[in-house]
Parts: sequence; C-alpha cells; structure tokens
Amino acid sequence: MTTVTMTVNGKSVTANVDPRTLLAQFVREHLRLTGTHVGCDTSQCGACVVHVDGRAVKSCTTLAVSCDGAAVTTIEGLANGAELHPMQAAFREHHGLQCGFCTPGMIMAAVDIVNRKGHVLDEHTIREELEGNICRCTGYHNIVKAVEAGARAMAPGAAAIAAE
Amino acid sequence: MYAFTYQRAKTVRQAAGLLAKNADAKLLAGGQTLLPTMKQRLASPSAVIDLGKVEGLAGIERKGRTVVIGAMTKHSDVATSAIVREAIPALAALADGIGDPAVRNRGTIGGSVANNDPSADYPAACLALGATIVTNKRKIPADAFFQGMFATALDEGEIIVKIAFPAASKASYAKFPNPASRYAMVGVFVAKRGSDVRVAVTGASSDGVFRWSAAEEALRARFNPKSLEGVSAKADGMIADIHGSAEYRAHLVGVMTKRAVTAALGK
Amino acid sequence: MSNTGIGAPVRRKEDFRFITGQGRYTDDIERPGQTHAYFLRSPHAHATIKKLDVSAALATPGVVGVLTGDDLAKDGVGGLICGWMIHSKDGSPMKAGAHPALAQGKVRYVGDHVAVVIAETLAIAKDAAEKIAVDYETLAPVVDMNAATGKGAAVIHDVAPDNRVYDWHLGDKTATDAAFAKAKHVTKLDLVNNRLVPNPMETRAAIGEYDAGNDAFTLYTTSQNPHVARLVLSAFIGIAPEHKLRVIAPDVGGGFGSKIFIYAEETVCVWAAKKVGRPVKWTSDRTEAFLSDAHGRDHLTHAELALDDKGKMLAMRVHTKANLGAYLSTFSSCVPTYLYAPLLSGQYDIPAIYCEVEGIYTNTAPVDAYRGAGRPEATFVVERLVEVAAREIGQDPAAFRRKNFIRKFPHQTPVIMAYDVGDYAASLDKALDLIDYKGLGRRKRDSARKGKLRGLGFSAYIEACGIAPSAAVGSLGAGVGLWESAEVRGNPVGTVEVLTGSHSHGQGHETTFAQLVSDRLGISIDQVAIVHGDTDKVQFGMGTYGSRSGAVGMSAIAKALDKVIAKGKKVAAYALEASEGDIEFKDGRFSVAGTDKSLAFGEVALQAYIAHKFSGQELEPGLKEGAFYDPTNFTFPSGVHVCEVEIDPETGVTKIDRWVAVDDFGVVINPMIVEGQVHGGIAQGVGQALLEGAHYDASGQLVTASYMDYCMPRADDLPSFRVDHTTTPCPSNPLGIKGCGEAGAIAAPPAVINAITDALGHEDVAMPATPQAVWRAAQKAARLAAAE
Repeated sequence: MTTVTMTVNGKSVTANVDPRTLLAQFVREHLRLTGTHVGCDTSQCGACVVHVDGRAVKSCTTLAVSCDGAAVTTIEGLANGAELHPMQAAFREHHGLQCGFCTPGMIMAAVDIVNRKGHVLDEHTIREELEGNICRCTGYHNIVKAVEAGARAMAPGAAAIAAE
Repeated sequence: MYAFTYQRAKTVRQAAGLLAKNADAKLLAGGQTLLPTMKQRLASPSAVIDLGKVEGLAGIERKGRTVVIGAMTKHSDVATSAIVREAIPALAALADGIGDPAVRNRGTIGGSVANNDPSADYPAACLALGATIVTNKRKIPADAFFQGMFATALDEGEIIVKIAFPAASKASYAKFPNPASRYAMVGVFVAKRGSDVRVAVTGASSDGVFRWSAAEEALRARFNPKSLEGVSAKADGMIADIHGSAEYRAHLVGVMTKRAVTAALGK
Repeated sequence: MSNTGIGAPVRRKEDFRFITGQGRYTDDIERPGQTHAYFLRSPHAHATIKKLDVSAALATPGVVGVLTGDDLAKDGVGGLICGWMIHSKDGSPMKAGAHPALAQGKVRYVGDHVAVVIAETLAIAKDAAEKIAVDYETLAPVVDMNAATGKGAAVIHDVAPDNRVYDWHLGDKTATDAAFAKAKHVTKLDLVNNRLVPNPMETRAAIGEYDAGNDAFTLYTTSQNPHVARLVLSAFIGIAPEHKLRVIAPDVGGGFGSKIFIYAEETVCVWAAKKVGRPVKWTSDRTEAFLSDAHGRDHLTHAELALDDKGKMLAMRVHTKANLGAYLSTFSSCVPTYLYAPLLSGQYDIPAIYCEVEGIYTNTAPVDAYRGAGRPEATFVVERLVEVAAREIGQDPAAFRRKNFIRKFPHQTPVIMAYDVGDYAASLDKALDLIDYKGLGRRKRDSARKGKLRGLGFSAYIEACGIAPSAAVGSLGAGVGLWESAEVRGNPVGTVEVLTGSHSHGQGHETTFAQLVSDRLGISIDQVAIVHGDTDKVQFGMGTYGSRSGAVGMSAIAKALDKVIAKGKKVAAYALEASEGDIEFKDGRFSVAGTDKSLAFGEVALQAYIAHKFSGQELEPGLKEGAFYDPTNFTFPSGVHVCEVEIDPETGVTKIDRWVAVDDFGVVINPMIVEGQVHGGIAQGVGQALLEGAHYDASGQLVTASYMDYCMPRADDLPSFRVDHTTTPCPSNPLGIKGCGEAGAIAAPPAVINAITDALGHEDVAMPATPQAVWRAAQKAARLAAAE
C-alpha cells in the first residue's frame, strides 16, 4: 500500500491505496465521485477525463499514487455551487448529450480545449481537439455546437455581453 | 493490472539505483503506453519506478542551433514551446499530433523514445533530425539508438535524460493515422540540413522506424516532391494487418514522403 | 403549442444530473458487502472442456466463490433463451442449441463463459481466475458462413448438424420468377452487410443481491427492458418467481439494442448472490464487451431487381445468409427474417418480392438486434440495387426513384407490410433542393481540379417501427406481445407521476413524456415526473427498442391521460355541482360549459383525493389511471438522405463533405431531441459504411477487440448534418407519431456507398469503405478508365 495525498475539487484527501489503483478508480471507488466514467481499456474514449493541475488527463491511464501533491478537478467540482459552469450550461442548451455517459469527460475535455485554444473556436478545431473523446449517441453535431457556445460563454465578461 | 511495488524516485541516480536492483522493474514516465499494457496484463513489472518527481528531467532549452528537450517533457509542452516552434516547427507539429490532447498532457518524449513503439511518432523525428539521445551514462546518436520494434540501444539501468535535436533548414512530418487507434500507420519525417536530406519512416515497417535511403538520395539531388517520382518503397518487411496490407503501407510511405517534402517547402 | 407542450424544443429535464456528474449508472451503485465477479472466458473459438479444476482459485485469499456450469445444472438454473420462433420453409422449427450461462462441457466462441470467480476485489478475482485449470480439447473452428454449411464443417450444436438454424423464406416465389422471366433488365448485386459491435459507451454491468429474510432477489442491470429481463429470468431461467425478483435499470449509458437481451453475466450475478450470500457486482471492461455483447448485422446477400423497358420495377429476388453466431441471443432469430424481408419493398411499388434467408451458426459471438435491426440490412439491399439499376439503365437516380415511388396509400406490399401513409416525393424534392443537386456537376469539376473524386449518393429508406401489434407479431412467432403500459398518478397537490414501461437510455423520455402530459393536462413539465426502469414501481412494460417508445409508449400514456381527464370530469361535476356532460376540459381547467365556473387541474386533483364533495360509493376517490396500448399497425417512418463525399484517390481517404436528411416521422414531440436522434443514427450508419467492422480471423479470434482496432466514429470523421423534415401524421396511433430512433442508422450506409461508387464510377466497394479499401477501388477505377 502507498500513501497518496492530493486535492480533489478543492478538498485535501489522503489515502492508503494499492499502487495499482488508477486515478479513475480512486475518485470513483475511494471518494465515491462517480461522475468520472470508464468507457474503454485503451485510453481512447475519454469518458474518464479529469483535470490534474489544470490539464485534462485520462484518469484511467494515470496511477493515483502518481498524483501525489496534485490538484485534481472532476466533473463534480466544475460547477460553482448551484451555478453551472458555462460549458455545462452549453451542453444542456445545445443538447450536447443523450445518454450522458461520455458527457463528464466530454465537458472536462471541452474546458481544457478552451483553456488552451481560447474562446473563439471553429468547427474544424473543435472536431480535431475532441479526438480523444468518443460519443456513441449524438453524432457529435450538437457537442460541437455546445463546445463552441460554451467557449464563448467562458470568455471574461461573456455573461455581461449576453445580458445586454 | 498485476500487483507491483511502487517506488518514487527523486533523482536520476536514485532511479538508476532502483532499476539496477531489480531487472524486473519498469520506469514510469507519462505512462500512456505502459499503463494500458499493464492494465491488459500484457506487462507485469514487479516494481514501478515513477520518474514524475525527479528534478530537472523536464524542460526545453535552446543551445545554439540545437533544441534540447528533457526526457520527462510532455508532448503538449513540446507542441506549445516557443523555442521548438521557432527552431524546429515540424517537431512541435509532430508533438501536437501524438495521441489526443489528454494523452499529450501526460505522455513524455523520453517515454516514447525509450519504448520505441513501431507506430510512435517521435522516433521518426529523432532519426530524421539526427538527434542525440542523452542518457545517465552516455550520448547515443539516433541512428544507433533505434534497433527494431520496441528495441533500443538502452542498457539495463540506463535512463534517458534528454534528447538533443539539431535544427534543420527545412523539415516536416506527414502522418497517415490508423483510422482506429490513430497511431501512425505511416509517418514520414523529412529533414533537410544543408545538402543533407534525411527521411525517417515510422509505423510502416515491422522493424520499427527506419531511414528510407532511396528517397534520401533522390531528395539530395533536388529537394522537391517531383524527385520522388519513380521512387517507391518496397512492400517487403512492411507491417500487414486488417487496416493496411504491406503494399498499401509501402504506397503510403511514398505518398506521405511527397506530402512531407511539399509541406517542408512551404507549399 | 405551449412552450413545454407537443412540438416545443424543450431543454431536457434529465440533463442536470448528467452534466454535473450525478447520473446514477449501474457501476456507480455500491451495495453493502458487495463482492466482485470476474468471468473466465474461453480463449478458443470451439473446444470441449475435458477438465475444469477451480480448487486453486477457490483457495486464493479473498475469493468468496468460484462457480461453473455444473453448479448451474445442480441448481436447475435454465439456459438463456431465444424468444422468437422461426419456422423453416419445410415447416420445421428453428434449431435452437442449448445456451447455458456458464459452459457445460463445450465452449463455442472466444469469450464464451467458462466460470465465474467472486472475490472481495476485482483484482483478486482476476488473479484467482488465472489459477483455474481448464483442459480444452480444441475443435475445428467454424468462422466463415459459407464454409459453415458445407460438407465436413464441424458441428457447433448437435441439434443443427449442418449449422443451419433455419432456412426461411417470404414472398411469392412463382410470381417473382415469372416477373423476372419477362424483365427487360435485371440488376444483380452481391452485398456484404458488415458485422458491427454496438458499443454503447457504458459497458454492460450487473449487481445481483439476495435478501434471505424475504427470499427475494434484486438485480441492478444495464437493461433497455427491465420487465422483459425479469420475465425471462423468472419464467425461463428460473432464478425466482416474478414477485420475488426486482429488476432495476437505473441510468443506462446507451443501448442501441445491445442491452435488450438477457445475457449470461446478469443471470450469473443474481443467481450467485444467493450462493455466496452477498451482493455480486460485475462490470464489463471494453474488451469483454467486444467479445460478449451481441453483435449486429453480418449478412451475405445476393439480390436481383427486375425492370421493364421503361425502368419500372417488376420484382425483387433476395437470398441472404445471416450469421447468428454461436448461440441464439434473445431476439436474434427475428432480426434477419421478420425485421428484414418485410422491408424489402422500400419506398417502391414492386409487384413481386421473394426472399430466402439462411440463419447460420458460427463460432463467433451471438448476433442480435443493433440499431435498426434488420431494417438497415434491408435498406442497404434495396437502395444499392435501386442506385445500381438506375446507373445501368442510364437514368438519373433521383428520377428513377421518383418514378417507382408508391403514391397511393394505404399500400399493401408483397411482403406483409401495409404502409399507411407517406409522401416520398416530398422528402426527395426537399432533399434535392437542400443538397443543391443542380450544382453537383460544378462541385465534381472543382474536386477533379484538386485531384479529388466527388460523388453523391441517395438513400430513400423506409422502416417499420412502433413495434408492434401483439397479434401480428404473435402470428409471426414472437414469444411476447409488444404493447406498452402506462400509469398516470395525479397527486393531491396537482403534480403528476407517469410510470412507463418504456426505458430511457439517452432518448430523453423524462422530457418528451412530460411534454405530452404538460400538453394534455395544461400543467408545467416541472410538475411532472417520469418513473421508469424499476419493476417494483412500474407494473409492466416491454421496454425501449425498435423506435417504439413514442408511438407505443406515449400512446399508452395518452390513453391513461384520457382516463384521468374523464375521471377528472366526474370529480369536477361534483365539485362544481354540475352534470358531468356539461364539464369541459381545456388548457388545464375543468369548466362548466357556458358558465364562468371552473377548477384548475390541481384543484380537481385535490377534490378527487379529499373526496368531500362526492360519495365514495358513487365515485371512487383518487386520480390514478392505467392503460395498456397495443398498436393496430406498425408505423412507417421514411425519408431521403443524401451524402456527398470527396475522395483522395492517392490515400483512399473519404471525406463526407455534406449530408442532408429529410425525414418524415409524423408528429414530432420535441424537434431538438428528434434531430439529436437523427444525428446519432447517421453517425452510426456512417460508422458502418466507412469505419466499423468486427473481424474474426480464421481461428475465430476477434481481431477487433478494442478501440485500437475497432474504429469508432470520432468528431473529426463526421460533418455537421443538415436535418429537415416533411410530415404525414401516422394514422394508427392517437398521437400521429412514427418514431425516429433508428432512421439515421438505417438510411446512412447505402447513401455513403452510393456516393463513393458514384465518385469512383464502379460498384465494387464493400463496407467498411476504409482508406485501404477505397484506395484499392480507386486503383480499379483508374484501370477501368484506362481500358476504355
């Protein structure tokens, strides 16, 4: 067993875990944060995407013990209390989800895209940047629209502009 | 995944010491290949030595006309590095096309090069750019480093510390991804430095990354895609699977080489 | 139309929990004392088990139990069933081999279930499974369908010595042959409908739990139809009687058919829970899903279309070999028969059709319904034949289709179906306009200048949905009726709960069903809760598949709502001191005709429950009504999809440049959700056409057992879609709904292949049209062009 301490959604957690525990298992089984999903064994589907130190990673391909000292954000930590994160709101507004299983990873990846690529994203960029996230329900059409709108809404002052 | 002992190294020396003590141990860099392999129980190291907290292994610096990249530097950092983008934009572009964004945020150049997966991208850049792989023991030229599928010149207990890439006057990487895995089915890195031209091909050969000498000769005469007309890669020794026959891969080597040269010329 | 009623693009009520990570899928559930199951699976396609020794596994610390097929037999647990009887041409019943949940002496495909290890953790269970000693005697694998029925092929099930499950037919052979004899032109095609793996992003999972005090079981499972699962587990497999077995299907992460069926794993988990005295959980990993989820499609077909001298269709003749895998999955037998051949008339007036289907066992995973189920296979046959026929006789493919469209309704086809309504030309006209058909020539020339090949393909599809009239399917061999049930509970405060036998696993029922209630009762959708997926809450239901939840499930709700309104009128009559005949219900208010006296729905609900204004002997208190709705006909959604591709002949990469879909789904409850269904269906159809294919090697190993080799459609493989519609309301159900869930997957594959073959100028392109396949086809095209 190995001791690991990390910050998850702003709270410090320490646990003694079998070293083979994946970060995805750690948040799901130890912390009972079951919004992070596992959809494949080969790091392709992206249902497990969380942020580690502000960057999107595949939590099914990361050892929990490797995240010692890291700050982890899962889908449960994205909203500001009852107020949805703009990307979450955009997925609902644009019907960017159906069964909802890929959605947490999709939203976490989308936020990461905006963090890296900015608030104005074209369709081509969004489709390429979503390479690591598979959705079987939506055909991606509305996910692309949601990410584009969510990116705009994440811009500083976007809410004020929208309200005008 | 089978059970293993987890060891966190703080220095390269300490990691090397742990590795020397246990022939069965594996180094964990970004883990983007090792962990899926272990999850499928295809690898069963008794110990995993995590390099994640080793000081000084990550980072990018420019030394004259050479870009030096620390082994634990993540693909996303290479892709977005101002130094790399200015000195060897083709290398930044290659890094930006490895796996997907989340994989790039975790996978490292040292891990990729040490693994020498026949479908990995970095080995093509190392070979075409004439990189030097710097380990805790020595400096190994790329031409001597890659020794066939998953085989390298690394000795037991030897750890890649950094990789030095000399800049090229013209370079480009053209990848034809496997439609399913998105690994390179054929990836061709073309680099021109003075009168020298090097063409390295990944993904295609069952011997792993290789230099395509016929194309190099043709391009040394004139660095132009037209020079490649009539030059074709041999299907012998190419990987054949459900995604592509040896003939198809050999054909794509030619196509991707032409496209890389065209892109390197800025066309 | 109110802002939350029928026709409004209401944002989904269920989304909040999904976008905040609070969905509750089966694997998210953790039961007290839960153990973990791991299935040891056969590494061989075909073998007898000479010896099975589990003692070392059982002795592993942390292992709670190891169970095998012998244990199942000792407990009298029955095998998995196939619920649809198909009879061969000679009248003999289909040959269904035994299908034990854990192997009993023989394994028949790679991934077949040999034993289960139950342990404190999954890691321990996996470690222990490696200690099970199995002595296999391998048998010759039967992988290829053509070889399977040939002389000398190994026998997979003794009941089927030639590996044929059935040799079935439909239609009038004599009339068809006669029509072919006088045909001016006959188009012939050999087609492969490639084998697919459904791949919902949530893999299958199950938790079995046993309550010794009440001798009762609970099964949490990833099911599209929990009541059917309970019925089969009770009545056929014999786990427990229905009143002692509760099946809960919580949030389910997509199904696409693959979660209709009752599999070995959930059967074992619920049975084993009693054996080990603790809850038993199993969650499939992705490779297990590839190996053991029921696959889809996998047909080899020869098809012919007869035309007269003017290009009018005279007859169609089809022979299909359908791979059913190693065992008959729950509904597998009906998919290549009654869900296939009755659709072969497409949108066309074809006087005679004859279809023969051989169902064949192979040493591969069972094959069953996957999105569209039989109808995509039929549409691929029809729309490839029609396209090629038009090209062969030199007619424009759109004009050729239009000429042969059915125009008078109702229309009785020669293959069972009686189409009720449709306007196929209207959809085609709109599609031609939206795709800019007139500009195709210019776009082709533009592509050619860049060294690319451009092509356009049509698919004018029809499907039979709203499955289905119980008497009709019963006469065709179904083991169950395919009605649906609903219960509407008006609460004293005026809120409403709807209990439905439909199950939502992405379709948005919590929103669309609430829209119906909002529309009918004049209350906000926030006042409505949709309850589904729990056999203890909902009385019964047949579940969600075959695009039936709108046409059948919502019709049941509509029927129950009618009863609630009728009861409400009685209550209102007492409360308003008027005669029942004078009570009108409109916009959520019960009012006395010709007066200003009225009560809101909520006020009447309160009156119904307090029962102060009427005698409980004259009128029962309460406001709760149930209904079962059995459809009178299938519904027939139809439409035209047009795909335009640009091919890079140097690499074989096909890029979909534009896509137009014009569908007629009848009345649409929520256009946003319907369009989403179309998008997703197209993506799966494009996946079949360009990317996906399950591939077994000659030894029966599944080569495509992960996303490393099975190519799932990704965002950058697809374009945005132009989705539009025409509307002819369905006359056979009270809401006019036809169904939309499968249309895209049915329409898309021939549209893509017709586009690619248009670009290349020859017809020799099979699915999936991978870059390598298209590169080869492009080389052939170049050779053909050079030879001319």
